[in-house]
Amino acid sequence: MGKWTRRGFIAAGVVSGGVLMVGVGIREGHRAPKLAEMMTSEGETLVNVWVKLAPDNTITAIVPHSEMGQGVFTSMTQMLADEMDADWETVTFEQAPAHEAYANYPLGREFLMGDTKVPGLVQDSLNGGFLRIAQSMGLQITGGSTAVRFTGMGGMRIAGAAAREMIVKAASKTWNVPARELRTANSYVHHDASGRSEPYARFAEQAGTYAPPTQPKLKTPEQFTLMGQSLPRFDIPAKTDGTAEFGIDVDLPGMKYAAVIGPPVLGAETVSVDDTYARDMPGIIKVLDNGTFVAVVADSYWQAENAVRQLDVSWSETGAETLNQSDIFAQLRRAIETAGDKGKEDVATGNVRKAEASAARIYEAEYSVPFLAHAAMEPLNATAWVRDGKVDLWSGLQNPLAVRDEIAAATGSKKHDVTVHNVLLGGGFGRRSNADYPLMAVEIAKDFDHPVKMIWSREQDTQQDWYRPASVSRFRAGLDAEGMPLSWDNLFTQKHDPPEASHIPYQIDNQLIHYAHVDHHVRFGPWRSVDHTQHGFFIESFVDELADQAGLDGYEYRRKLLADAPRYLNVLDAAAKAAKWGRTVPEGHGLGIALVDSFGTVVAQVVEVDVTGPEPRVVHVWCAADPGFAMNPDGFTAQIESGIIYGLTAALYGNITIEDGAVVQSNFHDYPMLRMHEAPQISVEIINSGAKVGGGGEPGTPPIAPALANAVFAATGIRVRSQPIANFKQGLS
Amino acid sequence: MAETRFTVNGVERVVDMDPNTPLLWVLREQLKLTGTKFGCGIAQCGACTIHLDGAPVRSCSTPLAVAEGAELTTIEGVTDADGTQHPVQEAWITHQVPQCGYCQSGQIMSAVALLRDNPDPTDADIDAAMSGNICRCGAYGRIRAAIKTAASA
Repeated sequence: MGKWTRRGFIAAGVVSGGVLMVGVGIREGHRAPKLAEMMTSEGETLVNVWVKLAPDNTITAIVPHSEMGQGVFTSMTQMLADEMDADWETVTFEQAPAHEAYANYPLGREFLMGDTKVPGLVQDSLNGGFLRIAQSMGLQITGGSTAVRFTGMGGMRIAGAAAREMIVKAASKTWNVPARELRTANSYVHHDASGRSEPYARFAEQAGTYAPPTQPKLKTPEQFTLMGQSLPRFDIPAKTDGTAEFGIDVDLPGMKYAAVIGPPVLGAETVSVDDTYARDMPGIIKVLDNGTFVAVVADSYWQAENAVRQLDVSWSETGAETLNQSDIFAQLRRAIETAGDKGKEDVATGNVRKAEASAARIYEAEYSVPFLAHAAMEPLNATAWVRDGKVDLWSGLQNPLAVRDEIAAATGSKKHDVTVHNVLLGGGFGRRSNADYPLMAVEIAKDFDHPVKMIWSREQDTQQDWYRPASVSRFRAGLDAEGMPLSWDNLFTQKHDPPEASHIPYQIDNQLIHYAHVDHHVRFGPWRSVDHTQHGFFIESFVDELADQAGLDGYEYRRKLLADAPRYLNVLDAAAKAAKWGRTVPEGHGLGIALVDSFGTVVAQVVEVDVTGPEPRVVHVWCAADPGFAMNPDGFTAQIESGIIYGLTAALYGNITIEDGAVVQSNFHDYPMLRMHEAPQISVEIINSGAKVGGGGEPGTPPIAPALANAVFAATGIRVRSQPIANFKQGLS
Repeated sequence: MAETRFTVNGVERVVDMDPNTPLLWVLREQLKLTGTKFGCGIAQCGACTIHLDGAPVRSCSTPLAVAEGAELTTIEGVTDADGTQHPVQEAWITHQVPQCGYCQSGQIMSAVALLRDNPDPTDADIDAAMSGNICRCGAYGRIRAAIKTAASA
């Protein structure tokens, strides 16, 4: 047990069979995005990382994150292997069975050690604190673009470096030569002076007897051999031949299938369930009225789903039945009116009112965004098996530890009697950070001694979501005679995470950023980039309006406001240059630019739009992104491309509406997705500025909506202040 | 219930099920061929695309009865029996196309069908053949590039 920093701990030991284990636990002091209310210790994140060195010299990285398309297994392993000077060809990964290994002390030990006898030292180090820390702070969230930033930088690299140092120390003792004469590469230790070379595993036993280094030395970027390389992703081959196993593919002996229906008005409960017709349909085993949802269990999913559609369920009245989309927006605007000059304070610098009094003029605008669903390709599902006082759950989850805890709480089980088997996620985007669907599967399976796989229909997936909140944002800028802002007053609704999402990158001395909140029944969920998705649109569109007021183009105006922010300026310039900003575009085309700093990564995008058709069509997106350092450049590029398409889909089409309290949209015909023929060409330029490493999964999303809206303005002179943008011509009169 | 006979990936199958059952669920639950995915149930997303007598169809909306006497190919049948990958699969790996990967079986089935009928597709051909397949990870650019690579293989 070694103390690494105030926030980190390294544990190490060798287990019988000669397997060396090195682990790192970190309490990350960063303001981690509170992705779900289930997070128990706000503001702190635990990352746990282990590396195993086996006698055959193979190395296994144990990755505590979920794979939902972001290539996390590869990038995490890459970071560890580089620091360890490991042979990439013989490095593999395992996904940590989080709940067992990391949050439950006895089971954790069992996972790590198997049935092997635990040597005294390891016993001490494990007992000494590592797993206890894990136990008390069990968190393992994939979201907030945290993997590379926290687990990778704070865990993987340190575990690899510590393991390497211990092996070098063991080789030094074994060969009786100074450590400084030793060199490591491809999982071998070399002593060039004597010509000796031995595999790491040769020194594992000896290394395991040392206390781990308290401060392992990390490589500097010029020493990287694997970090910064576009290594092929581990998970891709299985995703081209049908063998990749997602939650929906889990198959267990004796398994039955469940389909479900939840309340059309979220929050309602069942009053009565008429299953007269459904219960006699072929294959039906049971109709379950849970109170908050109704399930049909059948021999096959199709039978279950058909029967659910024949149920006549009456739901309780919650008071939200009379609520329509326009009512919710009226509530949001009323909250803004009520807050007036004094919303809940977010940022206050200088004196906005005083600055306004001296301003040449005041410019105001109001923006809004609608609710959005996540629409991951894999409809939500979970398979549960409840027997002998134990619960097993198979599902694709962004937060398996929290789900384990919630299941234990809901079933009155001990935590170590609940096992969560996390499998590949067919998209997450924030939706799979919520515990509602795994809990439903457990509720259903409680009534049976065989496993039950619950699958949501696409309609349920769309209508029982936790939504990106509808929101309204009002701006008021005091401008000087040249149109430059003296003051920035932004009052918006619905503040969630991350807290800095509403902050601006621009140098304006007098700022008042404040908010009001409206409670309603359309439940909030984190949606790719969370609050940045709406604030990116609000802020970057309004700045574009100010540019127009000043008679400057959006790029030049931003440059003036970023004169003292070289990192931002550099990214902005790169995107503008790539797009050949300022060029003459074809008739009916326009260029728009936007810049957003989110999750530690600065992204600027230029959109070229073609508005000659009935709906705007994005021709090309030029993107410059500065994540500090891209661990896997091609993987990072793929994430940015993905973020752009996800954000563009929402900006053009995304519109969940509420009628009589219920979500109107149900499937891809009325909640459309961007498709191949609408997909723009995307050019991504990565800038490795050396700044603190930022995320990749989310930062591509926020700038695309404002870049598109600004491009539409450039092409048409029409300022788009709401979404979906595909409809912008309809609002004209 | 009725017996339906067909082949899947060259193997003869007989299933005794409601002939209205969508092929998707016959393949996934009865025949344990889970590479074919459920996405929407209404032929809007393409995740369930298979080949029926060589033509791409949405198995979520194709009843079992239609398969009587037919030859079906699923993603599991795209790889040769000896493990050799199809040029489309190889191109998918070269271009690192999949992210979450859930839609990719359907994407690949559509791409394989496109290239069989049209070995040298234009961008417009690709748009026409692939617009029925949604990818929420937004891998469209890579899919397009991979199809062109596979076409020239």
